[in-house]
Amino acid sequence: MTQVAAESVVPGTERTNPPAYDVDKVRADFPILSREVHGKPLVFLDSGASAQKPRAVIKAISDVYENEYANIHRGVHYLSVRATELYDEAREKVRAYLNAAKASEIVFTRNTTEAINLVASSFTGQRLKEGDEILLTELEHHANIVPWQLVAERAGAVVKPAPVDGDGIIDLAAFEKLLTPRTRMVAFTHTSNVLGIITPAKEMIKLAHDKGIPVLIDGAQSAVHLNVDVQDLDCDFFTFTGHKLYGPSGIGVLYGKAELLESMPPYQGGGDMIEYVTFEKTTFAKPPERFEAGTPHIAGAIGLGAAIDYVNGLGRDAVAAHEHDLLQYATAQISELPGIKLFGTKGEKASIVSFLHDDVHPHDVGTILDQAGIAVRVGHHCAQPLMDRFGITGTVRASIGLYNTRDEIDKLVESLDHVKEIFG
Amino acid sequence: MLDDLRELYQEVILDHGKNPRNYGKPEEVSHHADGHNPLCGDRITVYLDVDDSGVVRNAAFDGRGCAISQASASLMTEIVSGKNLEQVERLFRSFHEMCTSDADVEADDSLVDEMDRLQVLSGVRQYPIRVKCATLAWHTMNAALAGDHDATTE
Repeated sequence: MTQVAAESVVPGTERTNPPAYDVDKVRADFPILSREVHGKPLVFLDSGASAQKPRAVIKAISDVYENEYANIHRGVHYLSVRATELYDEAREKVRAYLNAAKASEIVFTRNTTEAINLVASSFTGQRLKEGDEILLTELEHHANIVPWQLVAERAGAVVKPAPVDGDGIIDLAAFEKLLTPRTRMVAFTHTSNVLGIITPAKEMIKLAHDKGIPVLIDGAQSAVHLNVDVQDLDCDFFTFTGHKLYGPSGIGVLYGKAELLESMPPYQGGGDMIEYVTFEKTTFAKPPERFEAGTPHIAGAIGLGAAIDYVNGLGRDAVAAHEHDLLQYATAQISELPGIKLFGTKGEKASIVSFLHDDVHPHDVGTILDQAGIAVRVGHHCAQPLMDRFGITGTVRASIGLYNTRDEIDKLVESLDHVKEIFG
Repeated sequence: MLDDLRELYQEVILDHGKNPRNYGKPEEVSHHADGHNPLCGDRITVYLDVDDSGVVRNAAFDGRGCAISQASASLMTEIVSGKNLEQVERLFRSFHEMCTSDADVEADDSLVDEMDRLQVLSGVRQYPIRVKCATLAWHTMNAALAGDHDATTE
């Protein structure tokens, strides 16, 4: 059985006296948490897939549609101007959230996946030649593998994974060795969606930059759990999505350093991304508009801004401390259960727990937990190469959000006992 | 709650799930196909030995999956052995209907015993997301008979 590593610490939680965090009050902000599933109170431990929404976000979205909606960047009329202001304010909120230098470095996309595809296509794809290399890691979500494979295939380039050890920790020496004169791009996750392991992103970025290689960070999980500072990280690109950060689905973010975004051709063509169009020649708008062709998800961006306000209002350190407490509690409780193996318990971690029953398939565990009203993710978590690395087909993943409680972890553990009762 | 779950995970399923019959690649194989459930990443391979008169002499499978998919594959290999291809096709259709439709499946007189045995899997109807677990082996067998080497539940 895997033991909890004593040194496991989430950055930003080292304070000795965390501010009081009233989880009951937080839960009351999320209308869906009061519903029942299969006659049982909902225990939602699948926020890593998509988080639930606080009333503040739901209200921000309905407020836009009820009171302040029109298309942006067009028209001189009041509502268009007002919607544009709100959209720009949302961009500024994202800038501050990531501590980017300028709001023009923030591009709204549909999700993390689209943000990665945008960079793969408009940045890396433009520079790739036959025999070039793109370096990823074995921890990656398919969203940070397949876009690179697509552009690599077109150019005759290759995608390589940097290895992790049996605990899911990046082998930094191997990573450094894989940075070759042919490496044109490095892309890796900041926090594993399967294991919750936080990668040493700053160190890895430095190693890549020492060799002049640009770096994209998949921040889909880390933007939720860590204090992300893109200037401190010095990453070239950072991507995340709204729906995991308690915001709406359909809105994501690409951060890119200004000079890199400036150098990139558009990803898609259309309205709102041009300077001037004739049939002979079109000149393109500056970033970020250059990468936001067509009418964007206006209410989505505003909803994401509201989600950021909400999380900031709770205090990001307070949230991290709460989640970290639950992570340690869950890890300790589950590691006590016979016949269950935890994956990825070492090193710095965000609040994701992945485990496997010795004899019972994750899907069967998932069905049994579901009957108890407990929502977890089961399967390969869109990270099949990592599953292959561990020689398994899937795990059960409990991902803990800012609204979860110790009582819910107890219910999870109790229901895992039912698995034994049924399967003997 | 546990009673509902025991309806899904009946003894027969747990038994076949834990100790699947006809597991492993046999020596004589005339048809085979790999089945894949993209939702969970499970993969199985179904092997058939069909003689010249169109009778399944032997059926087997290997691969990993949940209790439902393993039990379904195991039961399927037992049941289709000795059947002709027309009977196999009728069993597939009846089984598929049993897993997906709430209406009582009309028992085909000649296959009533076989359908009775498969009835233990009908619990998946209450768990729509698990229907594919029960039908993966059957889709894979169909692909093998059709000469396709890959099947997916999508």
